[in-house]
Amino acid sequence: MRPLTDEETTTMFEKLSKYIGENIKLLIDRPDGTYCFRLHKDRVYYMSEKILKLATNVSREKLVSIGTCFGKFTKTQKFRLHITALDFLAPYAKFKVWVKPGSEQSFLYGNHITKSGLGRITENTAQYQGVVVYSMADVPLGFGAAAKTTQECRKVDPMAIVVFHQADIGEYIRSEDTLT
Amino acid sequence: MASSVIEDVLIKVEKEEAEKLKSITVNKELDLEFDTGLLLAYDKNPVDNRDFKDGKQEEFLLSLARDNTQLLINEIWKLETEKVDQIIVAKLPEPTTKLPREKPVPKPKPPTRWEQFARLKGIQKKKKTNLVWDEVHKEWKRRWGYKRAKDDTKEWLIEVPGSSDPNEDQFAKKNKAKKERVARNEYSRLKNIARAQKIKVPGMGLPPTSKQSKTELAQAVSVAKFSTASAGKFQEKLPKEKPPRNTGKKRKFQPLIGDFNIEKQKQLDLLKLIESKKPRINITQAVNKQMREEDMEARNSRKGPGKGGRKGNMTGKRRGKGKGVGKGPKGKGRKSQMKQGKRS
Repeated sequence: MRPLTDEETTTMFEKLSKYIGENIKLLIDRPDGTYCFRLHKDRVYYMSEKILKLATNVSREKLVSIGTCFGKFTKTQKFRLHITALDFLAPYAKFKVWVKPGSEQSFLYGNHITKSGLGRITENTAQYQGVVVYSMADVPLGFGAAAKTTQECRKVDPMAIVVFHQADIGEYIRSEDTLT
Repeated sequence: MASSVIEDVLIKVEKEEAEKLKSITVNKELDLEFDTGLLLAYDKNPVDNRDFKDGKQEEFLLSLARDNTQLLINEIWKLETEKVDQIIVAKLPEPTTKLPREKPVPKPKPPTRWEQFARLKGIQKKKKTNLVWDEVHKEWKRRWGYKRAKDDTKEWLIEVPGSSDPNEDQFAKKNKAKKERVARNEYSRLKNIARAQKIKVPGMGLPPTSKQSKTELAQAVSVAKFSTASAGKFQEKLPKEKPPRNTGKKRKFQPLIGDFNIEKQKQLDLLKLIESKKPRINITQAVNKQMREEDMEARNSRKGPGKGGRKGNMTGKRRGKGKGVGKGPKGKGRKSQMKQGKRS
C-alpha cells in the first residue's frame, strides 16, 4: 500500500472530473473526517484515516481491500473507474441520465441505452461527456458516456444509442470475482 | 549359306568385343602421373591447336576426358581391394602431392613468464611419465587430473595442526585453497595470453570499453563523482553539468501515513492545475452562440426595427454562459457543428 504519486493522482482526477467535475474537492476535503486515496496492487482505494491505520496491520499479501475501491491502474498507467465508485459519483454527478423502467434491465445486463429507453437527460450535455445513469426512481444504476448531445438526442431515431455503457450495478453479480 | 551368316554374326561380335577391349587400353605419348590417394591424374601430353578448331573442340575435349578417366580407373583397379557390404572397395594409399596451406604460417608466440624464467635460470624441461604408482590404492593413477594419485582434497582424515583454531573446518580450508590455486592459475594463463596478443590489461579494475554512448558516459561520470570519500558532496560541478536523473534503482514514494493536511493541500493544488488546463469556454458552444446571434441579427435587420424587443432578450441569454463570448476560432467549431448552426 502506498500513496499515489503526482502523475497517478492527476490521471485519476482527470478521469473523475469527467463525471463529477470540480466536485472532487468535496471528496478530498470532507467536513466529517480525513479521507485519503491509497494504492494497493494497482487498485485505488478511498478510505478514512482510521481505516488506513487499521489496515497497516495487515500484511501485503493478505490485504484484499480497504475502504472503497475507486478503480485500478492498467499496465500502461491508464485509470479505469469501477462500479464500486458509484456511491461517490452519484451524489456529485454533473450530468445525469434517467432511464425508463422498461430498459432498466437491459442496461443492468451491460447493454447501451437507446433513445427508446431514455427517460430524461440533463440540459447541455456535450457529446462523450461522462454521465451517471439513474432509474426513474432516482436510484443510481451505473455510469457511462453520452453518445449524443442533448439536442441531438431529441432528433435521433429511437434505435440509436444515446448512452454508452461503462459500468452498472449488475456487475456486482457478473464480475463478482474481479471486484475488490 | 546359313553357316556363313552365322560366321558373319560371330565375326561382328568378336570385332565389337575387341573394340571394347581396345577402348580400355589408351595410347598416350607420355605416360600420366597418378596420385591415387587424391584420385589425381596428371596429363603432360601437349595439345594440338588443330583439335581446337571450330566445332571439333567439344568432341576433342570429351574424348580427352574419357581417355584420361579410363587410365585413372585402370590405376585404381591396380590397388588392393576389400569387400565392404558386398561392394568391392579399393584402399587408397596416402596422397603424395603436397597441397598448399589454407592459412598463413602461425607467428611464434612470445614466451610466458615461466618460460622466460626457465630460460634465464637454465631449467630444462624434464619428461615425466603420465601414470604414477599410488601406494594407497595399489594401482597406477594419473599424475594430475581426474582420479589422480595424490589428491589433496580427497583425504578422509586431517589432523588439526597445533597452531590453528580447533573449530576451524580443515576440509573446507583445503577446498578453498584448491579453488584459490585454480583461480590464480587461470588468471596467470589469461595474463599470458593478453601479453602474447598485446592486449592492455589494467592492474586494478575493469578494462575500458571502446565506444560508449552518451547515457553510458553520463552514468560513468556520475558513478566516478559519487565514488569519493564524501560520496561526491564536495566535488565541483562543471559549468554546464546537469544533476543526474534516475540515479537510484528504487522509486521513492511518500510515506504511507504522512501529514494528511499536506497531502490534502497537494491534491487540491493538483486539482487547480487540472482546472486551469481545461479551457473555460466550450468552444463549440461559443461558436454556435455566435452563429445564432448573427442569424438573429440578420433576421431582425431584415424585418425592421419594430422587433427591437427581441434583442434585449438575447442579451439576457448570453449572460448565463462563460466569461465572455468573444470571436473564438471559427474554423474548428464550425466544421463539427455545422448541422446545428442551420436554421431548422
